[in-house]
Amino acid sequence: MMELLQSLEQMGLDLLGPLWLPIWTMVKIMLIVAPVMLSVAYLTYAERKVIGYMQIRIGPNRVGPYGLLQPIADGMKLFFKEIIIPSGSNKFLFIIAPMLGLAPALAAWAVMPFNDVLVLSKVNAGVLYIIAMTSLSVYGIIIAGWSSNSKYAFLGAVRSVAQIVSYELAMGFALVCVLMASQSLNLGEIVMAQKGHAGFLNWFMIPLFPMFVVYVIAGVAETNRAPFDMAEGESEIVAGFHVEYSGMAFALFFLAEYANMILIAFLTSIMFLGGWLSPVPFLPDSLVWLLGKASFILLLFLWFRATFPRYRYDQLMRLGWKVFIPLTILWVVVVAAWMQTPLWVW
Amino acid sequence: MEKIKNFFKTFLLYELVKGMAVTGRYFFARKITVQYPDEKTPQSPRFRGLHAQRRYASGEERCIGCKLCEAVCPALAIKIEVAEREDGTRRTTQYDIDLVKCIFCGFCEESCPVDAIVETRVFEYVGEKKGDLYYTKAMLLANGDKHEAQIAKDRAEDAKFR
Repeated sequence: MMELLQSLEQMGLDLLGPLWLPIWTMVKIMLIVAPVMLSVAYLTYAERKVIGYMQIRIGPNRVGPYGLLQPIADGMKLFFKEIIIPSGSNKFLFIIAPMLGLAPALAAWAVMPFNDVLVLSKVNAGVLYIIAMTSLSVYGIIIAGWSSNSKYAFLGAVRSVAQIVSYELAMGFALVCVLMASQSLNLGEIVMAQKGHAGFLNWFMIPLFPMFVVYVIAGVAETNRAPFDMAEGESEIVAGFHVEYSGMAFALFFLAEYANMILIAFLTSIMFLGGWLSPVPFLPDSLVWLLGKASFILLLFLWFRATFPRYRYDQLMRLGWKVFIPLTILWVVVVAAWMQTPLWVW
Repeated sequence: MEKIKNFFKTFLLYELVKGMAVTGRYFFARKITVQYPDEKTPQSPRFRGLHAQRRYASGEERCIGCKLCEAVCPALAIKIEVAEREDGTRRTTQYDIDLVKCIFCGFCEESCPVDAIVETRVFEYVGEKKGDLYYTKAMLLANGDKHEAQIAKDRAEDAKFR
């Protein structure tokens, strides 16, 4: 497999010279983006099925066998719908906002390692890059809310931004623990730092369990998912920041939300669940483990949505600022002290 | 003590896990969805659907134009005109039910002394333009002729409770 790739690369270099590099990179980008987009489509299907099952319904089952073509049908419908631009809106920002929302969600995949060789770019500050990219996606939301010239959209955007900013801190502190434990900012090296003879006992989930929980919950809040979906609280502000959007522009927000969910799920599996490492020593490490762990985290996201009612806004802020941030700072200190003792075996 | 207990319960996410256990159990529960065009829920013999006017076995229409149904109708959906027929009996010349107004309460059926106006089990009917759901006497009689077997069976089944 690797020889085939290398010979292919050599062939391209001989054929096109320096022009080959951008083309080859584009191919690699497509190889990442296309599956991500496909998983986004089928995550919406999984969401409807899982939530349906938890509400003793059966979910979509009409389009194709078991409703498997439902996301395709939804996509087609949105694609052919008109994009309505409100007359009082700022047209340029209104159009560009959904792209600003989706682009960072996809750009963050650039540093995502799928196994020890399969990674688009081995950035040494990968974690910083990812944090920066996920923070950028908030601009799409605030610009969408502002340019719509609608009070609901604006309120939704304000809520969403305040929420994302608050939870980013807790998330960042949770990651600081991981960085201390792994001694690296490179995502691939973070995974390799969790390799050991004890299988899943070597994963950072074990010493950093509170941080793992905080990270998952903050991840739910980061992606504006239930029970933290104040940004689109139907009962108060209709649909929040994307209330004025329709057609493909709306679909981009949808894609961004789900792409972010998948990203958070992958990050959680890489930071805390040992990425592509096998949970038991006698099975080989492989990409399948990473996909399985990410799917489990995604299932948790859907499970949360099916179970919990939406938070009130002040409760959300209290949880972020008064519980998570003190807790994470405390755990940073605990881990720092712990690492100086011989009891630290990770 | 209670405080300490609550503290640990909060941080161990005790209640959240409990809630998720409930939804997790329901994930595997038997699904109650009725896939409508393929499956239908069972109907009671008292089901109140589309109206119909019945006839006697001889072919004579049952309605005697007493206007009790018109009087009892809470939605004022029934309009009746009555005249004497050549053979001297009292019969309706006009018997219209506006199904757009009708609330399907079944009072007309209950008030009828001769079981002429009834509600059938038919509920899958549509109107494509304005006026399509304004049922005239001829349409009601046609409904009755079409579903007489089912109507008679339902009345017989329900007779002992009336």
